[in-house]
Amino acid sequence: MTWDIATLLTVSGLQISSIYLLTGLGLVLIFSVTRVIFVPFGDISVFAAITLAGFEAKQVPGTIPLVAAIVVFALVVEVTSRVRRREWRVIPKAVLYWGVLPLVPCGLAWLVGHFGAPAEVQIAASILLVVPVAPALARIALQPIADASVLVLLIVSLALEFVTSGVALLFFGPDGFRTQPLVPGSITLPGGIPLDMQVVLMICVAIIISGLFYLAFQKTTMGKALRATAVNRVGARLVGIRPARASTLAFLAASLLAGFIGVLISPVTTLYYDSGFLIGLKAFVAALIGGLVSYPGTAIGALFVGIFESFASFYSGALKDAIVFGLLIPILIIRSILIVTHEEDPEELDQ
Amino acid sequence: MSRAAPLLASVIVALFIALFPLVSGRFMVSLFNEIGIAALVALGLVLLTGVGGAVSFGQAAFVGIAAYATGWLTLTEIPSPWLGLLLALALTFVISLIIGMATLRLAGHFLALSTLAWGIAIPIVFGNVAALGRFSGLADIPAAHLGSLSLASPYRMYYLIWIVVGLSLLFSFNLLRSRTGRAIRGLRGGNTLLASVGANAYWTRVWLFVIAALLAALAGWLYAHTNRFISPSPFDLHASIDYLLMAILGGLGSLFGSVLGAGVVHLLQNELQNILPLFTQYAAQLDAVVVAAIFILLLHFARAGVMGYVLRLYHRWPQPLPTFQPGRNQLVQPLAARPKPEQGKQLLAARGVVKRFGGLIAVNDVSFEVNAGEIVGLIGPNGAGKSTMFNLLTRTLPMSAGHVEFLQQDISKLRQLDVARLGVARTFQHVKLRPRMSLIDNVAMGAYARGRAGMMRAGLRLNRKEEEQIMEEARAQLERVGLVQRAYERAGSLPLGTQRILEIARALTADPVLLLLDEPAAGLRKAEKHALADLLRKLRDDGITILLVEHDMDFVMNLVDRLVVMSFGSKLAEGTPAAVRADAKVQAAYLGSST
Repeated sequence: MTWDIATLLTVSGLQISSIYLLTGLGLVLIFSVTRVIFVPFGDISVFAAITLAGFEAKQVPGTIPLVAAIVVFALVVEVTSRVRRREWRVIPKAVLYWGVLPLVPCGLAWLVGHFGAPAEVQIAASILLVVPVAPALARIALQPIADASVLVLLIVSLALEFVTSGVALLFFGPDGFRTQPLVPGSITLPGGIPLDMQVVLMICVAIIISGLFYLAFQKTTMGKALRATAVNRVGARLVGIRPARASTLAFLAASLLAGFIGVLISPVTTLYYDSGFLIGLKAFVAALIGGLVSYPGTAIGALFVGIFESFASFYSGALKDAIVFGLLIPILIIRSILIVTHEEDPEELDQ
Repeated sequence: MSRAAPLLASVIVALFIALFPLVSGRFMVSLFNEIGIAALVALGLVLLTGVGGAVSFGQAAFVGIAAYATGWLTLTEIPSPWLGLLLALALTFVISLIIGMATLRLAGHFLALSTLAWGIAIPIVFGNVAALGRFSGLADIPAAHLGSLSLASPYRMYYLIWIVVGLSLLFSFNLLRSRTGRAIRGLRGGNTLLASVGANAYWTRVWLFVIAALLAALAGWLYAHTNRFISPSPFDLHASIDYLLMAILGGLGSLFGSVLGAGVVHLLQNELQNILPLFTQYAAQLDAVVVAAIFILLLHFARAGVMGYVLRLYHRWPQPLPTFQPGRNQLVQPLAARPKPEQGKQLLAARGVVKRFGGLIAVNDVSFEVNAGEIVGLIGPNGAGKSTMFNLLTRTLPMSAGHVEFLQQDISKLRQLDVARLGVARTFQHVKLRPRMSLIDNVAMGAYARGRAGMMRAGLRLNRKEEEQIMEEARAQLERVGLVQRAYERAGSLPLGTQRILEIARALTADPVLLLLDEPAAGLRKAEKHALADLLRKLRDDGITILLVEHDMDFVMNLVDRLVVMSFGSKLAEGTPAAVRADAKVQAAYLGSST
């Protein structure tokens, strides 16, 4: 391996890292508030990317009916649970929050797809379209069992990913998608290595957003309320935080993040209906380095995984995924040695 | 518990399985072959996840390792499926032992995620190794044979598969009713309880993991020689999730649930394969969607699975619980007893013991001694550090400074389970029982360190004599504390005070030299406290030394030979009950100082 190749691999590693960083932040955000390891996260990014690709192909993207269907399903679940508890008075509000508001981005996206719009509007519409997805999926599959053990939540979330990616296949077919670069052109690094502006943009966005995340979570009251919910749902409720609302907020923010990731990644990678799964899982490997709770830890993990993957693909493109996942085991072992856990709570599956 | 109904049900199911091929076509026989193979994997998951509490998302990878091992060997090296079986089992054993040792120290979801990692990575390796046929797999794997009898026909494989399933169920059933089996059943809910009876939770989990992997390996071998073609996809993550679904759908609490779950999932997938192509060209993928959706519904509404319902129905009928004849069963030779140290000899000595939690000093330079044949009380106001002291003496917690000697041996550096094996038994301030196990099984856990038989011997039922001895000991100790008539009830159904008594019975089953009791009288009524005091005196007369923490002063003062008083982490006083009662410092600590 020459120095040039190493630099090239490092740059491509940084680009991959930026995606894992953003995805990892979303996963940590959701986990730290809801204790859910949200496997379908990557799928939401893919939805945003496919939407943008559809706009660019001057079509009404298949994601619009898909998102609308998910939203309506969530609305039905929400209203049914209200009716069951005979909370008639909150139903109009539920319809507004779970039905009308989430359908606004769908309408917007439909208009953009139908009449065409400048690239910036297309991008914004693609990101906005997927914002209701994570909260709606969570409302359907996770919130009814919010008090279950982390393991049950993990299994449900994994099964949920199979459902979303399978349904995505029905809506989009097995073809790959790719979009135009958000910023054209490239710069040349010292040493004559070309660097696409898109890559520079990805890395910059990743740094800015992760900085904002860190500040928002550590310094604001809302961030603290979200963290409190994660530590102890009952305790949070006692001091006036509504766990269900905090969860929805976390899913909403993560969904927005997923939208950003989708439009950032689609110009550099061809995405398929099932690409989200691997993106999400590798971001997990990154997030696990930070123990699933630390934002700076996730950043370090993302950097490590991205560059590792880049170099691994140089040695064996086919085995790179196996190598990255294989990496998880030593990471977990080192963690278990460094961090002594106390007598754990019983994790029960069938209670 | 009455064994008649489950036994009858097993016989009916076995008869049905045996006669099924006579009345059904080749297709259904092949489907049942798949069910049997999957049931083996699901059985491993019932043991590992349902009983042991560790989720695995990678079980299909072990099926794959075994299938590829036998496939590769029989195709390229030696065309003997039986050698293939040997290689498959050996390879799976080694790999699962390494993975298990590496990951099973992790807790809860970290463990689950690590299984996800190798569950994804291993099938990718299958698809990229030239010797394993890459993604096109290995074809024309030879059929198995018994002597000169070829097992190429699915009808003949059927009987081999279901005999293996039957034997595996029997093995698992025997395993769970043994010394190691009770440790496996005790895994959920933390390691401290197991260590307190001298069992190593980590190794118990590792061997359980290996057994589950070996069951998957049997399935992999059967799969390779039934289908005679293998490719990476039946061993990928989706397959692992299917196996988990089978285990949960059938009912994680029941071994037979694995067969039911495998049956339901396969029959369902078979139906889906007939129906879905009518609607969509992506039938295979949609099949996965439907299965995943069912999985979600299951976890929302019926986590106990099919067997959960069956057992609930079954338990509606009143069950006659077996009762015991009073007195020792003379036919069973008692377990060997530990020699008790000579009366009055120094048994336990704490020397300058310190425990800091961050900035808080919970135990500050405490020294005291306990001599053989004494009952010593450790008392003090709330927060004095008594229970922490107990945890330090038993090595449940590491101490910050100082050391502890037991029988003139420094035990400050030993593991908790080694201290337990030396003859220190304890109860807990916050009761640690396994609420879903029966009283007698909870108590029998105490005898863990007195037995020898490992998981293999237990599964093959070679532990009969030892098992009888342990159960007789558990029965005797239950009788001693007056709970023998409720031996087969669930421990969780007892009131809290009685649960403490049950913990004492468990501690006694370990044949302790020193018994540490943390608030044994809390939650007991007056008559029960008298009975407890009588029991403790009787134990002392039998040569057992007792150190106890207790708040009920009447109870303590009338019982103990000596008292050690702690306050705010430090030792305040020591002496006979009368002397301590007269001590001005003690009075000040309890009642507040008058100055």
